[in-house]
Amino acid sequence: MAEKNTIGSSYYGSLKRNMVLVVIMVSITPMILVSGLILYLYQNTYRDKTYAHLAELVTKHKQNIDFFLKERLDDIRFLTRTFTFEELGEDSFLQDRLFTFQEEFGPVFVDLGVINERGIQVAYSGPFKLGRALYSEADWFKKAMSREYYISDVFLGLRGQPHFIVAVKENWKGQSWILRATIDFVAFNTLVENIRIGKTGFAFIVNKDGEFQTKPLFDVAASKNIYLDLLRLDKGGDTDVHIVERYDTMGRKNILVADSLKGGDWLLVCQQNYSDAFADLERALRWTILINVLGGLAILTMAFILSGRIVKRIAKTDQEKNKMDEQIVETGKLASIGELAAGIAHEINNPVAIMVEEAGWIGDLLEEEDLKESSNLDEFKRALNQIRTQGKRCKDITYKLLSFARKTDPREQDVQLNELLEELIALSAQRAKYGNITIKTDFQENLPAVMVSQSEMQQVFLNLINNSIDAMEKRGGEIVVRSRLQGNEVVVEVTDNGPGIARANLGRIFDPFFTTKPVGKGTGLGLSICFGIVKKYGGEIEVRSVPEVETTFSVKIPLTKGKPERTGAQRAGSEH
Amino acid sequence: MAIANVLLVDDEVPFVETMTKRLNKRDLQVSTAFSGLEALEKLDKESRVEVVILDVKMPGMDGIETLREIKRKHPLVEVVMLTGHATVETAIEGMRLGAYDYLMKPCDMDVLISKVGGAASRRREQETKIVEARIKEITMRRA
Repeated sequence: MAEKNTIGSSYYGSLKRNMVLVVIMVSITPMILVSGLILYLYQNTYRDKTYAHLAELVTKHKQNIDFFLKERLDDIRFLTRTFTFEELGEDSFLQDRLFTFQEEFGPVFVDLGVINERGIQVAYSGPFKLGRALYSEADWFKKAMSREYYISDVFLGLRGQPHFIVAVKENWKGQSWILRATIDFVAFNTLVENIRIGKTGFAFIVNKDGEFQTKPLFDVAASKNIYLDLLRLDKGGDTDVHIVERYDTMGRKNILVADSLKGGDWLLVCQQNYSDAFADLERALRWTILINVLGGLAILTMAFILSGRIVKRIAKTDQEKNKMDEQIVETGKLASIGELAAGIAHEINNPVAIMVEEAGWIGDLLEEEDLKESSNLDEFKRALNQIRTQGKRCKDITYKLLSFARKTDPREQDVQLNELLEELIALSAQRAKYGNITIKTDFQENLPAVMVSQSEMQQVFLNLINNSIDAMEKRGGEIVVRSRLQGNEVVVEVTDNGPGIARANLGRIFDPFFTTKPVGKGTGLGLSICFGIVKKYGGEIEVRSVPEVETTFSVKIPLTKGKPERTGAQRAGSEH
Repeated sequence: MAIANVLLVDDEVPFVETMTKRLNKRDLQVSTAFSGLEALEKLDKESRVEVVILDVKMPGMDGIETLREIKRKHPLVEVVMLTGHATVETAIEGMRLGAYDYLMKPCDMDVLISKVGGAASRRREQETKIVEARIKEITMRRA
């Protein structure tokens, strides 16, 4: 209980801890849950939107590229349909057609060539010296001869530069021949190279073997297997866009969006760094985390401050409650001891009276003539005197017990405490003089009267002054009696510079029967009676002591009488 | 003549016995009673009693009640209250009902004798006054 009284104790420590935890739990948990849920939904929506955008982009470019290839094919097919093998088989004629194409489409067509059934290039127009070149063993020639038209993969060929060819097969006089055109790699590459998404997004084309058909803008450190996987996924349909997320060899996460080209021979792949594609999402995530952290910190701070304040207030209330409990216990103690005291006083007083009476009778008898001769007469008389003295002592004790148990004078009247104190000091002056003790006063003038019982107040202050004199009787000292008005109370202080009260005794000083005086000198009831009287008037009595320096008893009596505390003394008194 | 004719009333038998002896020794005529009722009976029988020494706390009829009855029936009898638990209230109540004085137990014998003596004197004074008044009345009638 005593430990509970201090704010730093473990009880309040754990109370504060629990409060902080509860506040944090009920505040931070919903905040995190709501933020998390919103972020999750936002992330899903954002991802769907981003993927849809990428897919649309890839589809559009795939159509562009397919359209470009088809157009080139249509261009040379137009030549084979319009002109005969003989016409096109002439270099100069072919040269004219090439010029026309180049004028029309720019440097898309590099060269044109007419190849007969045996694989010999019968006519050639272009920057390379490829006239009469033999292609009978070339892979593209074999494939071109087996179908109506053919678009090859990118290859180096005889010229040693990356290029691809568009070829159309025609029949002339029962023999097949081929018109082929070389498509400028740079022009074709530009088509794909221009596809840019965000900061890191770019596109490229791979063939069925996973070989690049265009030059990727950045180094693609991805494994070839990824593209082969994509190729396997692709069924060659027009709208089959595949989106996969893969880590490259550098450990970066990439989004790959792919669709097939050229009837499934090629694959257009758009690759974008994941963190680039979801940069906005990551920014939102960072903001959410920042707001959560700041909010959490604010909640944490508030939880600590608020809990601290509340616990402080609880501790203060507890302290007040403990103080009240102590007072109740004190009052209860006084009540029971008062009842006991009254009983003892009644029971003891009659036998004592009889004893004293008997002693008196013996004294009377000793006066008779024949007994006066006894040699032990003086001893008898001494013993009788002792019996009388001790009988009187018993009477004093019972009287004090009774005055503790009941009011000595119940009438309350306006009492000027300064006057009352002056009278008491005058009464004690003689005794103080013998003990070499000076009594000084420091009274506030015009002190208002208090509504109390004169005799009870006398009892209180006489007790305090007598105690001080008792304490200093051996070696002298000084007593100062002060009075002052403090707020709504009259405060009277009795200060002495005697030996003081040991710290261990301070808490028990108002307990009944507690005394530090020698046996026979004090009953231990004086201060307890004072306590009861002062409490009855709604006042307070306190003691402060620094041993060997100063001891002060401070009595506060309210001007307007507060709710009287029903002490044991009062209750015991009302029963008789 | 004895200093006074006294009725000693107390429920404590040893106290009454010893006190009687001590009062007798001091030339007081003492009769005794051990309760309020007994005291009233004795007073009815013995008209010579001048002063009643009355204990306040007795079982049955207590000192205050007995005092009230004594003063009702025998207004001239003086009462000295004797109490083992002296309180101002009891004393005030006793004095208000006509008690001569009160003393606390155990009491000093000399003080008791002096109080009883005082009470007896007052009783006699009042008796004298009454006798004188009656004589005066008779004289006036005759005249």
